[in-house]
Amino acid sequence: MYDFSIILASVINGTMTGAVYALVALGLTLIYGVLHIINFAHGSMLMVAMYAAFFLFAAGGIDPYVALPLVAALAFAFGYALQRSVISKTSHGRDEIILLVTLGISIVIENAALFFFTSNERLVTLPYDIEGIDLGVTFLVVPQLAAFGASLVITFLLWLFMARTDTGKAIRAVAKERLGARLVGINVDHIFAISFGIGTACVGAAACLLVPTFPVTPQIGYVFVLIAFTVVVLGGMGSFVGALIGGLIIGIAESVGGLFFGETLGKISISLIFILVLLFRPTGLFGQRLR
Amino acid sequence: MLEVRDLEAGYGAVQVLFGVSLDVADNEIVALLGSNGAGKSTLNNNVSGLYAPFAGGIRFDGADITGAPSDRIVAEGIIQVPEGRKIFPNMTVRENLEMGGYRRGRPRRSQNIDRVIRVFPRLEERFSQLAGTLSGGEQQMLAIGRGMMAEPRLLILDEPSLGLSPLLVEEMFGLIRRLHEEGLAILLVEQNVVQSLALADRAYVIENGRITLSGPAAELIENPELKKSYLGL
Ligand SMILES: Nc1ncnc2c1ncn2[C@@H]1O[C@H](COP(=O)(O)OP(=O)(O)OP(=O)(O)O)[C@@H](O)[C@H]1O
Ligand SMILES: [Mg+2]
Repeated sequence: MYDFSIILASVINGTMTGAVYALVALGLTLIYGVLHIINFAHGSMLMVAMYAAFFLFAAGGIDPYVALPLVAALAFAFGYALQRSVISKTSHGRDEIILLVTLGISIVIENAALFFFTSNERLVTLPYDIEGIDLGVTFLVVPQLAAFGASLVITFLLWLFMARTDTGKAIRAVAKERLGARLVGINVDHIFAISFGIGTACVGAAACLLVPTFPVTPQIGYVFVLIAFTVVVLGGMGSFVGALIGGLIIGIAESVGGLFFGETLGKISISLIFILVLLFRPTGLFGQRLR
Repeated sequence: MLEVRDLEAGYGAVQVLFGVSLDVADNEIVALLGSNGAGKSTLNNNVSGLYAPFAGGIRFDGADITGAPSDRIVAEGIIQVPEGRKIFPNMTVRENLEMGGYRRGRPRRSQNIDRVIRVFPRLEERFSQLAGTLSGGEQQMLAIGRGMMAEPRLLILDEPSLGLSPLLVEEMFGLIRRLHEEGLAILLVEQNVVQSLALADRAYVIENGRITLSGPAAELIENPELKKSYLGL
């Protein structure tokens, strides 16, 4: 069997990645919680944002961590506009149509990416990416630390926003009681678009944290969106805390699984968790039971 | 203040209102009576901008608000406390009240919260409780409190006494009277015909989407038809 320190190292490494999974899942769960739809374009938007971060670095020389606020802001604007101009206009408020529209958007985005960017792998290599801190059991490099730290900070800021600001409260109001929200004068279409924008901004931020570690291809979105779905189901649909805890659990499971079953087979542990959760606790760890 | 003219409204292919006209003057309590499914809530929801009417007009202080979005109607000061309360169950009592002042009355939010808890001291005891866990009566108080937060000029109350104990119903009517004395115009939809007519200045009776009777409340209460159909006399 493995030495305890190797397992501990694996858990720590998994925690670092898990925080970014949580961030991607947070965007997905927010959009689900408010609009009651699964955004199938979530992964493709992550992919586009990763390309944006890559080209800002390759062509503009901008460090992805510096570019993060910009990419997140652009992603917000893109998500807001997409909801207001395409999704709400084509869906007529019917959830099953929204689902298909987001699926269609993802197909368009992915094929456009294949056409313009080809399927070559592109990686951001930071000059300082082998620096880091030595924990004894393992060595954590800057991209890992940045991904972990920034994801936690962003999650915390988002939580503050939802708990303290009028717009955050309006989002929560719309999520649970649309009619009541309209009767206090909340513009529900605007809140839908804001939520979609914030959900997209989460993948925009996550993209900047991922490019130093994961090579970008037009298919990269699938990898993360599958993980994000698992995280959301594990944590409970629409739950904030659930997304965070779920992300960390999945990150650790993947890392420790890789240790025991090897790099490629390690991903089986994710699917395994997914199935176990659906069998024993279909509402997820923090999800509300359906009445 | 509020003028509804020849309103035709409904849901998709289903027409519910057939040429309804109704007025509420400044500082007036108007009761809207009618049996289940007559179209009372439909009328309220068209006035509040939740649905757009098929035809006809709605004016508020002379301005045309027919088919205007609900956020604009709230901004104008028409506030509805809806049937079934529609409070935010996932938010605390305090947050629910704060959201009442989301579009209107924002600068005076904390004074307005003080005012609401003077009227409903029970709400203060429950301030940090999730609204979904309140009792039915408390939820109704919260719904009215949330409405008051928006500093209404016209308050639409859709069956405010529904599901309340007789004692609370008395309290509710007392409160409506007090709000009216403070200068508020009120459109009151109620099943309690006798109490509503005792309180109201004027009343309308709606049947199958048409106004069949209207006039001063004091006269309507003596109306033999109304007595027969609503009071079973
Ligand atoms: N969202 C809706 N979609 C379709 N039909 C509706 C909808 N809401 C109400 N209706 C129908 O419109 C008619 C009038 O309903 P409305 O709610 O206005 O009645 P009401 O007078 O308020 O009745 P009650 O006293 O029971 O509240 C009813 O036949 C009802 O079934
Ligand atoms: Mg009704």
